[in-house]
Amino acid sequence: MTITLKARRGNVGLKAPPRRAPQRLANEADLRALQRWMTHALVRPLTADDELQPRWHDGRPMAEVAAEYIKPNDRLTSFERLQIYSRAYWFRLIDCVYDDSPGLRALLGEEQFSALVRAYLAKYPSRSFTLRNLASRLAQFIREEPKWTRPHTALAHAIARFEWAQTVAFDSEARPVITPSELAKTPPTKLRLGLQPYLSLVAAEWPVDDYVLAVKKREALRSEASNAIDRARSAASKKKVPRPRRARTYLVVHRYNHTLYYKRVEAPAFRMLTALTEGSTLVQAVAAAGSRVKAEQVREWFATWMELGWFCRRK
Amino acid sequence: MPANRFNGFTDYGIGLGLRVPHYQHILEKKPTCDWFEIISENFMVDGGRPLHVLDQILEQYRVVQHGVSMYFGSADKPDRTHLKKLKALVKRTNTPWLSDHLCWGSVDGTYTHDLLPMPYTFSAARRTAEKIKMVRDYLEVPICVENVSSYAEFHVSEMTEWEFLSEVVERADCGILLDVNNIYVSAQNHSFNADDYLNGVPLDRVAQIHVAGHTKFEKYILDTHDHPVLDPVWKLYAHAIRGAGVTATLLEWDDKIPSFDEVHAEALKANEFIAGARAGGAAQRINPAGSPRRAPRASR
Repeated sequence: MTITLKARRGNVGLKAPPRRAPQRLANEADLRALQRWMTHALVRPLTADDELQPRWHDGRPMAEVAAEYIKPNDRLTSFERLQIYSRAYWFRLIDCVYDDSPGLRALLGEEQFSALVRAYLAKYPSRSFTLRNLASRLAQFIREEPKWTRPHTALAHAIARFEWAQTVAFDSEARPVITPSELAKTPPTKLRLGLQPYLSLVAAEWPVDDYVLAVKKREALRSEASNAIDRARSAASKKKVPRPRRARTYLVVHRYNHTLYYKRVEAPAFRMLTALTEGSTLVQAVAAAGSRVKAEQVREWFATWMELGWFCRRK
Repeated sequence: MPANRFNGFTDYGIGLGLRVPHYQHILEKKPTCDWFEIISENFMVDGGRPLHVLDQILEQYRVVQHGVSMYFGSADKPDRTHLKKLKALVKRTNTPWLSDHLCWGSVDGTYTHDLLPMPYTFSAARRTAEKIKMVRDYLEVPICVENVSSYAEFHVSEMTEWEFLSEVVERADCGILLDVNNIYVSAQNHSFNADDYLNGVPLDRVAQIHVAGHTKFEKYILDTHDHPVLDPVWKLYAHAIRGAGVTATLLEWDDKIPSFDEVHAEALKANEFIAGARAGGAAQRINPAGSPRRAPRASR
């Protein structure tokens, strides 16, 4: 599958590049103009051959534009020197999303995944000093532009949300856990609990947790098999993990003792946790779980969640 | 090893970059290592395993912070969230000095996550020095700037890279993290003499030295940090410590990372050159820039 990317203009926040290169840098505005130009040049999608696009935004040959700013040397043209940076930009950022998205990658295959990530980064270049946040809008992008993930857009969206939840669980803040004595101070009709910032609630139409675990296991096997003579193991490592069958799944992605966990919960429990994150009182949240849920069941859930340290004060 | 006001009057030896594949070995075996350099951004998080690991490392080892996204050369002002998180980390690690690169990498809040080359102009040097001072005043820790490897030069440049580095550090009155591998890479890519570079910078401001491996392509060299240090880079290292004195030295190995012991053994090769420099009488530098009278900021 070959998908040709069109260059996008007007990345959010990044202002237009100057029309012509400054002859000298006299002040901060000149420096900013030069940096805008180079940033525009780097964040423009590469061609299918991973080269700089042949024409600049205004239609001029890119080689001519690059030569206005960058000196050639005896081995490389200005265009080629700029291209070193552009390729480094794209390969670095694609690698970063690649590492954080094993499930999405397995679902789409390398080629479609690469096209998706390039389109995503073209629309949403990094706005954070840390690469950790690079995939924060990937699920949103999949929903906004379904063409990159067809025919598996809904599943891709679910996996992207699940994989981003893992990043959140890995290193987000852990706030002081609310204690039973603190809980006892407020009547349940007025008690509003916060959930830990590292915790995400993910409801999906597929068991994305099983799928991503299977993919990771297969990848580990593949890496092991790359050095092994065991043919059976090597062959097994090459088989694709089958796409999951539909099965409504409710997941809490969290961490415990610095280790990531995905905990499946029942639908009523999920509704109750969702209600708490939305600011409901404890009584309202229990009601959201549904009338069929027994008080004993709610007490059991609550005790487990307290033990896992999921509750904190609301900010 | 000589201490100066740019490295908080510390006397660190040969260190290693702290990398994930070595965590388990370090925490379980507690190998001898004089100090570790951490990439600040990897620990500028709000919780979880990264900070848990860091706290364990801090119990056993000396740690120095090295950043990759402050972008002293960017026209943008420093990002407030970034600075706050960085200051929290500085308090946690008690880093005696903090380094980042003499480069830019973001504009209008869009980040390239690269170490992009500066236009070597006087106005850019003034702006960069101002930003370094601003960051130092906020963080209350000595700052060192590292020379980057580069693959392009701008027509508007008014001076050489080493003149630009000198202009910036003198204006900002800050230290230098001298990366001799980066000097070598840039010298090859831009056809200048690496020794001219070393002779042209104020070596009395060098607070730390980086060594690393690189990869040679047909028409240029890339700073890949995925190999042992090559001989010409060790040669430059020897030159640097002859001039700067024996200085805190760190090996960067970021890709295709071998075992901890292998990386450490590579770093310890620096000892051969240190011995040579000592024999040549260059090691015991008395650094005029190291005078505490000129450096109230250094007594943290």
